[in-house]
Amino acid sequence: MSQLKSASILDSRILIPAVGAAFTKLNPRTLARNPVMFVVATVSVLTTVLFIRDLVAGSGNLGFSLQINIWLWFTVLFANFAEAVAEGRGKAQADSLRKTRTETQAKLLAGTDRSQYKMVPGTSLKVNDVVLVEAGEIIPSDGEVIEGVASVNEAAITGESAPVIRESGGDRSAVTGGTQVLSDWIRVRITAAAGSTFLDRMISLVEGAERQKTPNEIALNILLAGMTLIFVLATATIPSFAAYAGGSIPIIVLVALFVTLIPTTIGALLSAIGIAGMDRLVRFNVLAMSGRAVEAAGDVDTLLLDKTGTITLGNRQATEFRPARGVTAQDLADAAQLASLADETPEGRSVVVLAKEKYGIRARDMQSLQASFVPFTAQTRMSGVDLDGSSIRKGAVDAILAYVSGDPMPAAGNVAVAQKAETEEIRELRGIAEDIAKAGGTPLAVARDDKLLGVIQLKDIVKGGIRERFAELRRMGIRTVMITGDNPMTAAAIAAEAGVDDFLAQATPENKLQLIREEQAKGKLVAMCGDGTNDAPALAQADVGVAMNTGTVAAREAGNMVDLDSDPTKLIEIVEIGKQLLMTRGALTTFSIANDIAKYFAIIPAMFLAFYPQLGVLNIMGLATPESAILSAIIFNALIIIALIPLSLKGVKYRAVGAGALLSRNLLVYGLGGIIVPFIGIKAIDVVITTLGLA
Amino acid sequence: MTLNGWLQILVFCGIVLVLVKPLGAYMTRVFSGERTFLSPLLVPIERGLYAVAGTSEREEQHWTSYAFALLLFNLFGMLLLYALLRFQDILPLNPAGMAAVGPELSFNTAASFVANTNWQNYGGESTLSYLSQMAGLTVQNFLSAATGMAIAVALIRAFSRASGKAIGNFWVDMTRATLYVLLPACIVLTLVYVWLGVPQTLSASIEATTLEGARQTIAVGPVASQLAIKMLGTNGGGFFNANSAHPFENPDAISNLIQMVSIFAIGAAFTNVFGRMVGNQRQGWAVLAAMGFLFVAGVAVTYWAEAAGNPLMHAFGLEGGNMEGKEVRFGISASALFAIVTTAASCGAVNAMHGSFTALGGLIPLINMQLGEVIIGGVGAGFYGIVLFIIVAVFVAGLMVGRTPEYLGKKIEAKEMKMAILAILCLPLAMLIFTAVATVLPSAVASIGTAGPHGFSEILYAYTSAAANNGSAFGGLTGNTPWYNVTLGLAMLMGRFLVIIPALAIAGSLVAKKTVPASAGTFPTDGPLFVGLLVGTILIVGGLTFMPALALGPVVEHLVMIAGQTF
Repeated sequence: MSQLKSASILDSRILIPAVGAAFTKLNPRTLARNPVMFVVATVSVLTTVLFIRDLVAGSGNLGFSLQINIWLWFTVLFANFAEAVAEGRGKAQADSLRKTRTETQAKLLAGTDRSQYKMVPGTSLKVNDVVLVEAGEIIPSDGEVIEGVASVNEAAITGESAPVIRESGGDRSAVTGGTQVLSDWIRVRITAAAGSTFLDRMISLVEGAERQKTPNEIALNILLAGMTLIFVLATATIPSFAAYAGGSIPIIVLVALFVTLIPTTIGALLSAIGIAGMDRLVRFNVLAMSGRAVEAAGDVDTLLLDKTGTITLGNRQATEFRPARGVTAQDLADAAQLASLADETPEGRSVVVLAKEKYGIRARDMQSLQASFVPFTAQTRMSGVDLDGSSIRKGAVDAILAYVSGDPMPAAGNVAVAQKAETEEIRELRGIAEDIAKAGGTPLAVARDDKLLGVIQLKDIVKGGIRERFAELRRMGIRTVMITGDNPMTAAAIAAEAGVDDFLAQATPENKLQLIREEQAKGKLVAMCGDGTNDAPALAQADVGVAMNTGTVAAREAGNMVDLDSDPTKLIEIVEIGKQLLMTRGALTTFSIANDIAKYFAIIPAMFLAFYPQLGVLNIMGLATPESAILSAIIFNALIIIALIPLSLKGVKYRAVGAGALLSRNLLVYGLGGIIVPFIGIKAIDVVITTLGLA
Repeated sequence: MTLNGWLQILVFCGIVLVLVKPLGAYMTRVFSGERTFLSPLLVPIERGLYAVAGTSEREEQHWTSYAFALLLFNLFGMLLLYALLRFQDILPLNPAGMAAVGPELSFNTAASFVANTNWQNYGGESTLSYLSQMAGLTVQNFLSAATGMAIAVALIRAFSRASGKAIGNFWVDMTRATLYVLLPACIVLTLVYVWLGVPQTLSASIEATTLEGARQTIAVGPVASQLAIKMLGTNGGGFFNANSAHPFENPDAISNLIQMVSIFAIGAAFTNVFGRMVGNQRQGWAVLAAMGFLFVAGVAVTYWAEAAGNPLMHAFGLEGGNMEGKEVRFGISASALFAIVTTAASCGAVNAMHGSFTALGGLIPLINMQLGEVIIGGVGAGFYGIVLFIIVAVFVAGLMVGRTPEYLGKKIEAKEMKMAILAILCLPLAMLIFTAVATVLPSAVASIGTAGPHGFSEILYAYTSAAANNGSAFGGLTGNTPWYNVTLGLAMLMGRFLVIIPALAIAGSLVAKKTVPASAGTFPTDGPLFVGLLVGTILIVGGLTFMPALALGPVVEHLVMIAGQTF
């Protein structure tokens, strides 16, 4: 899998612009998107005004309040910086994408004649215009191939330099603007207007320009805003409580307490976490059309996976020769190999290989044998060779049975064959075929002239390690359903071998859609991937629909994610990334709130020491002076944002260990850790600033 | 602390736990409209009431109609009670010839009883007529309790129904709560109290001549009947000013135990109703375990603090625990236990003066109320209160396991979070803002009975008790002033209805959601992990809000006491 180049966290090309962006993001309109940081900025303005007033009047503890002011602003700047770093990583990718979006000229076709075209700028193309793209030219915009076949270099969007084939009809008809035709020519119907092409969308997605808050992020923001309000009440009432006790609290101290109590840590990192989540997907070469889709991925309960290519290797392979009675395995293997010599399909090649490996029969040359090849057709459903006056055929069991019985219409002849007195031979052959099917294989009968020789067993080869992946998914609580066009018997055997939870055999677009609806009616979220036009309804219905980049335009429009590598197994990673995104938010929220305990222990004794010296007992950290205690708390509060930027960008590691174990682990690390860490951190900062003589 | 003291606490907990299942099973049947052993007697009455009211048990309401019916009903009840108090002098059943109650006090009292708070800025035996006590207060005792139960049931339905629009019928839930649960239990309890020596009479007070020949007026009245619902409905408004410390309202240890058990009985059983209705009783036990943990921890601290006593007194040679403000017939253990029970549930009845507790002993009742009365809590109110915290806890935990948070298969999203936060927010709003104003308002400060941090605690306790709908008083504070009558009344209404409406909105939103089947990716909410998480959330979200206030009240009072400073 090739991945877009991604900058590391400590890349100066990202960090330096991010410092600048931290200041430009002080724009109130930008800040207002984040309620917690907006509140911090507002109170910072207030304390700055108060500081200037005191400076002019020359009153108050100026050194102390200057430092608090600086750290308050740092808190806001650090939050902006975190967001800027996250965005910066996306921007770096967007820039490299933008380079490919060069201005192109398009050959706009008026009619069907290929030579009748007019050169127009690529940006002027409208939907449904038809253009001609020839070898060496850049495809001007997204479209669908309506005529021709071409090899296309899609490295611009996938990073994969090996060219791919794009052809009209079928499931590989979509082309992307900005990619280059390497050979031949194609006629392309434009499907996206300028500015809304795939590449444009990709650029704005990785830049985070269109980022909207996801449902879950909104709910979390409500919680954070609520916590902020609660602490407004808790701190705003302190002056009158203090007045009752005959004391007074400077506003700067109240602001310091307030800012340390409200969930600034998660508030500062929340948008960085979201951006980084999208970014992680992009680095997996998956484009999510919305953040909502990424979140939904974490919630997926049921995963629909196509058998071919996802669960099994793309092709079935011959694994055994089962001769009919009176025929030796050697004879069968020999005939099978002869019949397959000219068969260039992977199945055919596997027969040649098996015969050679198992029976030592070397592949022969068709020409030297003077044999003529009979290719496979949908009508005959068999292929073979004619040589030395005899003909060898291999094909579907029914087709071969019809062939040996001389029935000219094998496709419709099943019934007729059954009605004829079945010979012992035929019954036996059917028995073998059935055994093979039960075991998940596909039987391929072989006959020479009118004699049945036996059956080749073709089997789907389940991908190595896939069973473990499914076991992991099960531990995550995700049910896997295998989708296959095979008959139920074969499907059951492969399902058992691969370890999926369920399967849908003889799948059609209709029953696929039906299955998704049934699962959703049970309250489950369904993810699937697909590429063909007939997958489009199911992709649209699924909560997470991953369209393969090689697929049709319809499929790409219907899904809410596009996998640039067209690798269906990636659904599993997508789910993990979705979970990671939510977990990171939860972990940092817990950490942020748990921090408050230590901050209270730092600030409360310091704040009330003047009139209730007995409260000094609560100074369990032994902080040097009231000023140093308050300063340490606010410095810790600001620095922890910087310290947690790498975690928020990387994400909390997801482990498929079941929800209970995962929760206890995270509670231990981020909950208990969140209680303990600030005690140590604040004490350490106190030691430093007292040593430096700052307070 | 003594073994005997702990045994009393253990016996109490044991009885409450034993009652959870049978009472839970009975209430589940009642609220599901199934047959119970009382059905032959009560179904005709129930049907008759619905016929008169023009409703039917088959008619279900959307949450907005449910909330509207509830608010209308409570508004009407409040106006009626207000009128009864204002005109009690000209109304019958007033043998002692009590005067009409003033407007502020009437507002305060009406708000107090409608909101299930039963804060009393008056002495019952010296202010109210028998009609006001019986038709006014006792009736509201039943109705406010039934209101709380109805909301809890509606919320439980929201979790148990796979997807729908309606959350039940308010009138039906109210009727069933009163008719099947509160009334029968109160009839039995009243008879038990009478047997234990609590008066139940309509005759005027008794004139007695003491041994010294002095004449004494001994107040009596329909005490036992009010006592039964006062405890069972977690109302707490005493017939007498001294509440359950008065020998006629709480004669002995047995009546004391019965009273404490009846405070917790329905609230604890609601967790079981919940478990049964959602089809997994363990879910209910988990919620009860979280409540139980916080309760036992509170009892341990207060009992320890009271048994340890005051070092300043020890310095004078007065050994032993703190007996100030406690009845000798109950002792330290039963008084500490009662204080925690009454403040954990939103009862507010007292058998000792909380203001006379040691600073730390009084800290726990204060925290219990500030957490929003979710430790068992008021009948119904405790349950819907803890659901708010569950929503917050499950939200954060759900994120940490990488899924959109859900509880019992219902997804917790922006709307639920908004409503839960609104409800949680209104308690500190009422408690802290009113306290902040009162502590700097000279006329309000003049009401306090003690100087120093204890005086601050008196004011904080009053608003905390009012907003939490508890109703217990710290003592010392003169509450019957226009300022306190009005602001405490407002705090009570805020603490009640600003929680109820969001709670019903949550019910309305959840009931419409599909139930997501549980999988290995859903974290179990019926195990110790969930209990720990819930306890942590309640303490952190609920507790952090009040840290500064508590530091300036009981905490500093305790530290000052150790340092030997007096005020």
